[in-house]
Amino acid sequence: MSLLELDGVKVHFPVKKGILFDRTVGHVYAVDGISLSVEAGQTYGLVGESGCGKTTLGRAVLRLVDVTDGRVVLDGTDVAQLPEKEMRSFRRRLQMVFQDPLGSLNPRQNIESILSEGMAAHGIGGNREERREKIKEILAKVGLPGNALSRYPHEFSGGQRQRIGIARALVLEPDLIICDEPVSALDVSIQAQVVNLLEELQKSMGLTYLVIAHDLAVVRHISDVIGVMYLGSLVEEAPSDALYEEPRHPYTRALMSAVPVPDPEVEDRRERILLLGDLPSPANPPAGCRFHTRCPWKQDTRCATERPELRDLGGGHRVACHFAAEIASGEITRTSGEVVPAAHEGSGGSGGSEASGAPRASGASGGGAAKGSSSGERASEAPAGT
Amino acid sequence: MSLATTKTSKIDRLAELTAKKETSSGASLWREAFRRLRGSKMAIIGAVVIAAFVVVAIVGPWLAPYSPTAQTWRGEVLANQGEFVGARGENWFGLDHLGRDMFSRMLVGARQTLLVGVVSMLIGLVLGALVGAVSGAAATLGGRAGQRLDDVVMRVTDIMLALPSLLLAVSIAAVLGQSLTTVMIAVGVVQIPIFARLLRGSMLAQGGKDYVLAARSLGIRKRRIVLTQIMPNSLSPVIVQATLSLATAIIEAAALSYLGLGNPDPAIPEWGVMLSQAQRFFDNAPMMSMYPAVAIIITALGFTLLGEAMREALDPKLRG
Ligand SMILES: Nc1ncnc2c1ncn2[C@@H]1O[C@H](COP(=O)(O)OP(=O)(O)OP(=O)(O)O)[C@@H](O)[C@H]1O
Ligand code: SF4
Ligand SMILES: [Mg+2]
Repeated sequence: MSLLELDGVKVHFPVKKGILFDRTVGHVYAVDGISLSVEAGQTYGLVGESGCGKTTLGRAVLRLVDVTDGRVVLDGTDVAQLPEKEMRSFRRRLQMVFQDPLGSLNPRQNIESILSEGMAAHGIGGNREERREKIKEILAKVGLPGNALSRYPHEFSGGQRQRIGIARALVLEPDLIICDEPVSALDVSIQAQVVNLLEELQKSMGLTYLVIAHDLAVVRHISDVIGVMYLGSLVEEAPSDALYEEPRHPYTRALMSAVPVPDPEVEDRRERILLLGDLPSPANPPAGCRFHTRCPWKQDTRCATERPELRDLGGGHRVACHFAAEIASGEITRTSGEVVPAAHEGSGGSGGSEASGAPRASGASGGGAAKGSSSGERASEAPAGT
Repeated sequence: MSLATTKTSKIDRLAELTAKKETSSGASLWREAFRRLRGSKMAIIGAVVIAAFVVVAIVGPWLAPYSPTAQTWRGEVLANQGEFVGARGENWFGLDHLGRDMFSRMLVGARQTLLVGVVSMLIGLVLGALVGAVSGAAATLGGRAGQRLDDVVMRVTDIMLALPSLLLAVSIAAVLGQSLTTVMIAVGVVQIPIFARLLRGSMLAQGGKDYVLAARSLGIRKRRIVLTQIMPNSLSPVIVQATLSLATAIIEAAALSYLGLGNPDPAIPEWGVMLSQAQRFFDNAPMMSMYPAVAIIITALGFTLLGEAMREALDPKLRG
């Protein structure tokens, strides 16, 4: 059995309006029916554009937001159903590493206090001395000096702060750690260090991760399985290598086309699929396939009316597209969208941001020009210009 | 295997480097703010003014050369005919309309003025912070019921804030009758919604921060999160406001005294009352009004300077 199983998880935020009395006028469908499972000892990578609901899903697993519908099962226990009191002690098994290392540390608590608080709440390590020993041990594991104990968060660098955040999660010896964009706030030079640290800790302590990122490069490096999110739902899920070798969902293909390939010959031939149109609002998601407003392979039947379920296409490769098989076999070709040779884009000066990844790059498919016609214009101009 | 060892040694090395860079023990935010405060000219000027004021308020009665109430030079002042006595060797600030020594009255009056300022500020601070803390805690971690409570409380403070403060103070004073206590209560009550709003807003802002989520995911009790995490981080604007509102309290108390709602016994000197009485004789003896007016302004300025300097020192965004 998997360590974590999500079954049709939905998180809808009510949108309120009113002068004296707030009325609910609609919902933001931040997470809208996600089912996935994370195996013990493995890393599940969750990628998607900004605003697609990754953070909300992570918080739903920790029950930091209310789950509207569905089940979050950790090791046989439905987290969404636990009474408040039991939930508090259950929290020990679920921890989170936050995106903004500084914001996730109380500026008025020193490191010892930050790290011992959770232990005290769960009665770990009897007295203060024992706790201090344990904290020192963990600090060494994450590469921080023992004298960090009496210092305050603002006295550390970004990378060190994130190590403190990781240490805070580790002291409780959780079963599952959710890392919400653990390196996106850090300098590129520090990112690799922190990712390596996470990997190493996983090996030595047998941890299970749910890593959230909008950067495909980061996720690929450490994930066993990758799920791709679009507007609150999963569009594709596959073992890491399979997803990179053969992305099956049109959205994933567009994302992948933005990632540079190390092999220079292949890189020269790489083509970028530019998505047209804006990301729809999660408060008013399109009917049918959520992606149909931007899908280059959109068909006249089904796409706009029928919501595709995740289907297993073999080898644990699950895709939510009615026409995934036909697209793969070439039976269906693109009906819209533009393709640019990626090399030209690189010389266009956006190479730097591209190197770092991914869904961001798809937004960057119009780096500010994701807007319908203008990205179309750019798409046709780009090759001519160079 | 070898890969693992090189990685660990890298981490050890990192630990070493960081250890070398900083050996000192940590400096908390409060301590750092205090350090910055000491380097600020504004803070020093403000602190000096306040210190002088407080010293005078405490030892004034012993410094005063004459009794502040004795009408010793009664015969020399003919207020009805516009005959006053200005500053002279014997009476440094001259005499008031009843022939009392102005300098002595100023020195002794500082105490009452400070008392009015501090007590009314405290009324506003304590009650306001209480209301704000309840509202803020309910709104951040109290769930749906908490949000409703917060809504109600905030509507009430909105109404209080919408009334002009002096009007509110005058109505309270009118209900409670004429006395120094009335002035303090009236001025204090006016400050309640200001403190309540401020603390609640600050708590709400802190409540949305990731470190509060982190504390919740650690399984720490909500009450504890409010008391040990949210509150300490929400207090700095309240402290700044407390300093600033000492200034406004002194001025507002003076205004109420000026309107005749203050201490009914004008024999006991208080700057606001003195100012209000001196107004009647402004044409013939303008200096009689100037002394208390200038003293009130300088004192209020001192508190304002210190308050503004504290705001800067406590602002995490300006942390160097
Ligand atoms: N408390 C909330 N109330 C209302 N709407 C919310 C709330 N939290 C998130 N949302 C909305 O839900 C959607 C998903 O947000 P979420 O933060 O989960 O996205 P994300 O994928 O993590 O994005 P990012 O990459 O920017 O972090 C967004 O449209 C956001 O505005
Ligand atoms: S279902 Fe249709 S619109 Fe959706 S991804 Fe597949 S082809 Fe595109
Ligand atoms: Mg996020």
